[in-house]
Amino acid sequence: MGVIEWVSWVFNKLSDYFTKFQFVRYAMIVGILIALCSSLLGVTLVLKRFSYIGDGLSHVAFGAVAIATVCNLSNNMLIVIPITVISAILLLYTGSRRKIKGDASIAMISVASLSFGYLLMNVFPTSTNISADVCMTLFGSTSILTLTATEVWLCVGMSVLVIAVFVLFYHKIFAVTFDEGFATATGLRSSMYNLMIAVVIAIIIVLAMNLVGSLLISALVIFPALSAMRVFKSFKAVIICSAVLAVFCSALGMLISIVAGTPVGATIVVVDVAAFGVFSLVGLIKKN
Amino acid sequence: MALLTCRDLVLGYEGKKVVEELNFSVNAGDYLCIVGENGSGKTTLMKTILKLHAPISGRIETGEGLKQNEIGYLPQQTMVQKDFPASVNEIVLSGCLNRCGFRPFYNREEKQAAKKNMERLGITDLAGRCYRELSGGQQQRVLLARALCATGKLLLLDEPVAGLDPKAMADLYHLIENLNSFDGITVIMISHDIAAAVKYASHILHLSFKPLFFGRKSDYIHSETGKLFREVYGGER
Repeated sequence: MGVIEWVSWVFNKLSDYFTKFQFVRYAMIVGILIALCSSLLGVTLVLKRFSYIGDGLSHVAFGAVAIATVCNLSNNMLIVIPITVISAILLLYTGSRRKIKGDASIAMISVASLSFGYLLMNVFPTSTNISADVCMTLFGSTSILTLTATEVWLCVGMSVLVIAVFVLFYHKIFAVTFDEGFATATGLRSSMYNLMIAVVIAIIIVLAMNLVGSLLISALVIFPALSAMRVFKSFKAVIICSAVLAVFCSALGMLISIVAGTPVGATIVVVDVAAFGVFSLVGLIKKN
Repeated sequence: MALLTCRDLVLGYEGKKVVEELNFSVNAGDYLCIVGENGSGKTTLMKTILKLHAPISGRIETGEGLKQNEIGYLPQQTMVQKDFPASVNEIVLSGCLNRCGFRPFYNREEKQAAKKNMERLGITDLAGRCYRELSGGQQQRVLLARALCATGKLLLLDEPVAGLDPKAMADLYHLIENLNSFDGITVIMISHDIAAAVKYASHILHLSFKPLFFGRKSDYIHSETGKLFREVYGGER
């Protein structure tokens, strides 16, 4: 098979999927929006040294999903979002005042809720194949392809909200990220903005669980930001680059996974990692 | 009425006293240097003036129409800032945020103010550069420009020359002196450098769990505390 044939085969296959299956279109919309939102907040989290918070919160969300499954709730978001938001507030908002340091408390919460969730799923099994259920929640293997129209709209609404909050408070988020002490001293209510960041990141994580599963979310949060930081030197450029890159990687990852039949979440993350490699190289070349 | 007055102030963390019996006032146009050993409560005092930290007892009064959010602050550098991707322009502008209120973007006046303050500190040509690639002295000028955007009255500087080479140190001292004497900005500075404190300041506050001395520089030089301290740390060079 020559290159041209191969390209046209890929193209035909993709257009086939897009025209025939609604779930593919849904998956693309949701995937791109989630990647965009998580990359926006990712820059702040990476710079504030909270990279691991995405991971911690996603484990909390896993525990919450287990609770929702066991309770047989039709819409598990009702439980998952509040629990994750509250954990995010506890982790981020209380900040430096706590006795247990940030990284330790994240590790604590994440393993505790992971094991709690797994235990619940095993003690009160709702289906015959528990390991498939668990695997799906952890790696998001198929849930992105089973989205309903309501879920898609929910995701679109939340994404618009996140983007609006980010644009409206852009300068304040910058100030709080760069120098919280100065921002507070000159009358900015930093704790309020930290709270806002915590809530928004929790919402993003719950949404992103559909896409990549709870184990891989932090990749969506940190990779675009880290890649952009290799090359760009102003906050605005880093944010814009990270958003564009996240959208590109997530779209490319999903297309590859459709054509090659690979797991969606893992493919997106691998593309993100590859992009990071490329950006690191560019950064190195630029430096010399 | 003084710009800033501390009355019976007791400071500390979690109920443990660090400094007590703080009674002093700062008048407009003063240049106050706070000196003392490590852990003597200098930074705690500064954070309390900025309302970042609550005092155990006592109070701080501001006068002459000084609002709490009109205090410019030059903090010690944090780890986060060392590799922060931000342009000089973005950082200086962020000093204007206290004028924005709920408005999400900067207006023309604020952009002008940032430009003016960059000119004032001679960093206009650095405006597009990345903060983390600047030298220590340049970084301090950027943060000073940001502080000036936040205030026209009172500057609080927390060891502004720490980690600078002698040339950059002298330049920064000179700059601060000019802001104080030509622009009439009141300066409160924490310093380890007793020689520079004695050289530039108009008033000295010497802390060591209690204020050992507060008053004019000329009195400090002849006081017991001043004599002793200057013998150990060196006097005028």
